[in-house]
Amino acid sequence: MSSSPAPARAPLTWRQRLSRWDQRLSPYLFISPFFLLFLVTGLFPIVYTAWVSLHDWDLIMGQGPFVGLQNFQDVLGSANFYKALRNTFSIFLLSSVPQVIAAILIAYVLDANLRAKTFWRMGVLLPYVIAPVAVSLIFGKIFADESGLVNSLLGTMGIDGIGWHKSPFAAHLAIATMVNFRWTGYNALIFLAAMQAVPREIYEAAIIDGASRMHRFLHVTVPMLRPTIIFVVITSTIGGLQIFDEPRMFDTSGLGGADRQWMTMTMYLYELGWGPQVSFGKASAVAWLLFLIIVLIGLLNFAITRRIASGGSAHPTTRRTRGRRG
Amino acid sequence: MESVAAIEQLAGKGAARAARRRLKGGGGAEARPRWWNYLILGIFLLISAYPLYFAILLASSDAGMIARNPIPSLIPRGNLLKNLSAVINSDIDFWQALWNSIIVAVITSASVVFFSTLAGYSFSKLRFRGKKALLAFVIATMAVPVQLGVIPLFIIMAKLDWVGDLKAVIVPGMVTAFGVFWMTQYLEDALPFELIEAARMDGCSLLQSFFHVALPAARGAGAMLFLFTFVGSWTSFFWPYIILGADNPTLPVALQQLQASYFKDYSLIMAGVVVSVIPLLLLFIVAGRQLVNGIMQGAVKG
Repeated sequence: MSSSPAPARAPLTWRQRLSRWDQRLSPYLFISPFFLLFLVTGLFPIVYTAWVSLHDWDLIMGQGPFVGLQNFQDVLGSANFYKALRNTFSIFLLSSVPQVIAAILIAYVLDANLRAKTFWRMGVLLPYVIAPVAVSLIFGKIFADESGLVNSLLGTMGIDGIGWHKSPFAAHLAIATMVNFRWTGYNALIFLAAMQAVPREIYEAAIIDGASRMHRFLHVTVPMLRPTIIFVVITSTIGGLQIFDEPRMFDTSGLGGADRQWMTMTMYLYELGWGPQVSFGKASAVAWLLFLIIVLIGLLNFAITRRIASGGSAHPTTRRTRGRRG
Repeated sequence: MESVAAIEQLAGKGAARAARRRLKGGGGAEARPRWWNYLILGIFLLISAYPLYFAILLASSDAGMIARNPIPSLIPRGNLLKNLSAVINSDIDFWQALWNSIIVAVITSASVVFFSTLAGYSFSKLRFRGKKALLAFVIATMAVPVQLGVIPLFIIMAKLDWVGDLKAVIVPGMVTAFGVFWMTQYLEDALPFELIEAARMDGCSLLQSFFHVALPAARGAGAMLFLFTFVGSWTSFFWPYIILGADNPTLPVALQQLQASYFKDYSLIMAGVVVSVIPLLLLFIVAGRQLVNGIMQGAVKG
């Protein structure tokens, strides 16, 4: 009890005045570090990217003349852009679809009343602590064209090796495998939490109705997980379309293969900005195009989510803590 | 089905515990696991662990052996320490990279936790104009792919003369929208208004009440946020690769250089992989349980 009561009708003491200012200003002061840092290092750069994309701008000379939409025209007129777009979406589909399915199945298996629960849950999370660069180096050897693990195993079965670094599809599959390796267990834990939030009564009702286990899984568990599935898909879209680490490290040159068969959008951005062209203008054009694609797909997802949410399911949406690519 | 409480009344604690065990957790699957639950999980765990073990097998081998046996035997060879020391003492400065990774991860994680708790305290417990709109802004920014702002960020860092400097990696990582959201959610429930009022009655300013009341109340969620930020920072590659370059690398950047210079000798590359993985593996052994809880709580809360 430090502050003594002020005498009646006297003007406010300096202490009271200070306390009033404290009440009024401190809430803003507390949130200001986040907003200042985020505006300078997050939001401003994104917006400024649009400005850079309208200029002839390079790493060495700095800002050049205003060129209008020339950079966009150049980028959209180059075959590499479309290759990068195709590769990015292909890798994304190959990694997100099987990953979500596998994660739900693993979550379902984890949802039983297991012995040593923590052990199994930690076990599926193990790959998450391995950096994507390290994952890519390991799988680079597993999927090596000559004397790689997979091709050698195929060889012992009398099957010809696969050109992992030659065929676009094989390369996408190898890269998607790396992504799946790192994130399936992580997503399984998210689905596990969502499954445990499903009210028991619904299962009991289904059991009384004579639904088989398979039926319960397909007609109770999966529909109840729908908002979580959509959330996982949205976050992995934002991250997945920006994929860089795994394909960059898939070979030493980092250009995405002789025929650019696994060059992604972000690799293309990097190459334009910091490669031999050193064109920040063109790289910014790619960044903005990718940004628009991500926003567009995000809005699409949002619209679908809204429709499903208003369609009756009251299950809470989920948040996740995916750090790196978010 | 009888309620657990009723069973406890009628048949004692042991039976109640058994009934609870039968009831809970069994969500979609049946209450009691079958052998195939363990089989599937066992196989999945082997798939999850083998690539890391594969790296250790290769790191304990040498280039000649790897060339002769593309399918490594399951027993490690004896060259692990030799290869580790060869990598650490190669012309790529792994000690520097390790140190840089530690500095960046520790500072960014501590800073994210501190600033997120500070903002979360304000958003969850204090009254001010525009709060709703500002919080909505924070939530909206969680979905913004900030990585796409690398070009202006690079220009800013070049102006500041921070290219190649750890500050260029640390400062943009010091706050995250996710962290603010996470701590706001947590403090909403975990910090009773009575505690804040009590602190105010004792003459605490709001900042003092933050240190005396909010920060201690946020410990649990703060520890999880620290862990996730740490893992994110430790494994991040794109921005450090652009801004730091070969002279002052973090571990993932050093791994890229290792691949570029020793691409023919997988025993050395995998030794580098092992060096980069060991610290997080130790963290995982100590705090893996918190990581699991963090993911699962994050999934339900939001």
